[in-house]
Amino acid sequence: MTREQHARRYPEVWRRFTPKETLIRYLWFAAVAFIAAWSLQRLEIPWFYFLDAHTQAGDLLSRMVPPYWGFFAEVAGPLIETVHIATLGTVITVLVALPIAFLAARNTTPNALTWFIGRFLLVASRSVNTVVWGLIFVAIFGPGAMAGIWSIAARSVGFVGKLIAEAIEEIDRGTVEAVEATGASRLQVLLIGVIPQVLPVIYGTIVYRWDINIRESTVLGFVGAGGIGIMLYASINQFAWHEVSVMLIAIFGIVVVSEFVSATVRGRIT
Amino acid sequence: MLMLSVSKLVKTYPGGVRALNGLDLTVDTPQVVTVIGSSGAGKSTLIRCINRLVEPTSGRIVLNDLDVTALSRRGLRRARRRMGMIFQEYNLVERLTVMENTLSGRLGYVNFWQAYRRKYSPPDIARAFELLHRVGLDGYEYTRADALSGGQRQRVGIARALMQQPDLLLVDEPTASLDPKTARQIMRLLCKLAHENGTPALINIHDVGLAQEFADRIVGLADGVNAFDGTADELTPEVLNAIYGEEDWSKTINRPTADSNKKMQRDGLERESAAG
Repeated sequence: MTREQHARRYPEVWRRFTPKETLIRYLWFAAVAFIAAWSLQRLEIPWFYFLDAHTQAGDLLSRMVPPYWGFFAEVAGPLIETVHIATLGTVITVLVALPIAFLAARNTTPNALTWFIGRFLLVASRSVNTVVWGLIFVAIFGPGAMAGIWSIAARSVGFVGKLIAEAIEEIDRGTVEAVEATGASRLQVLLIGVIPQVLPVIYGTIVYRWDINIRESTVLGFVGAGGIGIMLYASINQFAWHEVSVMLIAIFGIVVVSEFVSATVRGRIT
Repeated sequence: MLMLSVSKLVKTYPGGVRALNGLDLTVDTPQVVTVIGSSGAGKSTLIRCINRLVEPTSGRIVLNDLDVTALSRRGLRRARRRMGMIFQEYNLVERLTVMENTLSGRLGYVNFWQAYRRKYSPPDIARAFELLHRVGLDGYEYTRADALSGGQRQRVGIARALMQQPDLLLVDEPTASLDPKTARQIMRLLCKLAHENGTPALINIHDVGLAQEFADRIVGLADGVNAFDGTADELTPEVLNAIYGEEDWSKTINRPTADSNKKMQRDGLERESAAG
């Protein structure tokens, strides 16, 4: 093989994309930039508020500092109530979400109708924000922790149920086949063949959702559904920023603790 | 005496693939029958049709005067209790212990809450301990299945199937995921237990050498029908050509005399029991 033949056979230039593909990629970038610019223009943002934002932020911070530490004594009770709302809401979630997850997974649902019902419940639960669920349950139960518990549960069922249903759909089919081959009943197949395979996901998802629910339940008080949010809302409305900062620090504290608990539990699941 | 009779069995999968094409097979003595044939010849489908993990399209399967093909879901569950199955990928419940996996062979005899609380009858528990001893897994009761090696997993698979006290063992490629030495040990164990218990076994296998070494009877499938039915000695290159298509088989077929074959198996068993 001569040098020229070799160079033709084994060229030194190789490009990942053809010129046409490169053009299409640039067109996508341009499209995204255009949509962003268009959205910004349609929102009609009052830019003059934007100009002094840094001085406003500095002003707010100066009102928050120093925090009124004596306020902690009053915060402790509602803070614990917030954690209780999250925990009880998560317990209800587990009881409701598990059966729905088995309905919503294609490989465990009895028929197309039950699958549709399962999926519908999950989508309905997730499409409404926790605070909006709060408004609904305050109307039903009246203001207080009960409304908070049910709004946490109502939103979490969709989250937990969807993740568990997806895990059920990805289980090893061979194990299920082996349990079926022993003559086990349908429920026994779920119990021995399916649940052990998804148990790590069940535990992990529940703890993760509990962690999220603690954060969500801190704002439920804004709509009267119990917890620390009621006081937070009141202090903000009274411009009592040194109280607000105490509550933000307290919330930050329990969120750190719940994150730690959640991460530890999920790390230990095998 | 057991009687498995498969007649005119046809299975067409959705999409039109015809895996079985009117297959006939009778097993009426407690013997080890290996089923050989190329991939797609219908070996797995045959075994899965017998306990109806795969629904046959047409044909009849009769096990001890029971028409398996005509059973309701409930009747099928009762029939499945009498058929132990062993899989290529072991198909254990990975996160459960060896004991839980073994006892799961009795699921057909306990209710939901007994299964939930792992509450099996004392004779069942004693039998599980005995079987774990016989497959060489003494002391592994609390070990989780996902901590075992391939050979150990298949031993649990064998114990689970025998836990059912089956009339028939359905075995789908028991050695295809194992190294050659472990494969031989597993086949030897399987055939030994099948003979001791007087349980006939239908074993799908790719390895013609292993099939010859351990089978009382060999059935060859080609294109979803029975292309050969005989003993290891009758497996000639012409027969293999008929089952698999043209190939040079001179290095594949080992034809030891009946005596030396038996002696090899006996030696193997002694080595095994001495080691265990």
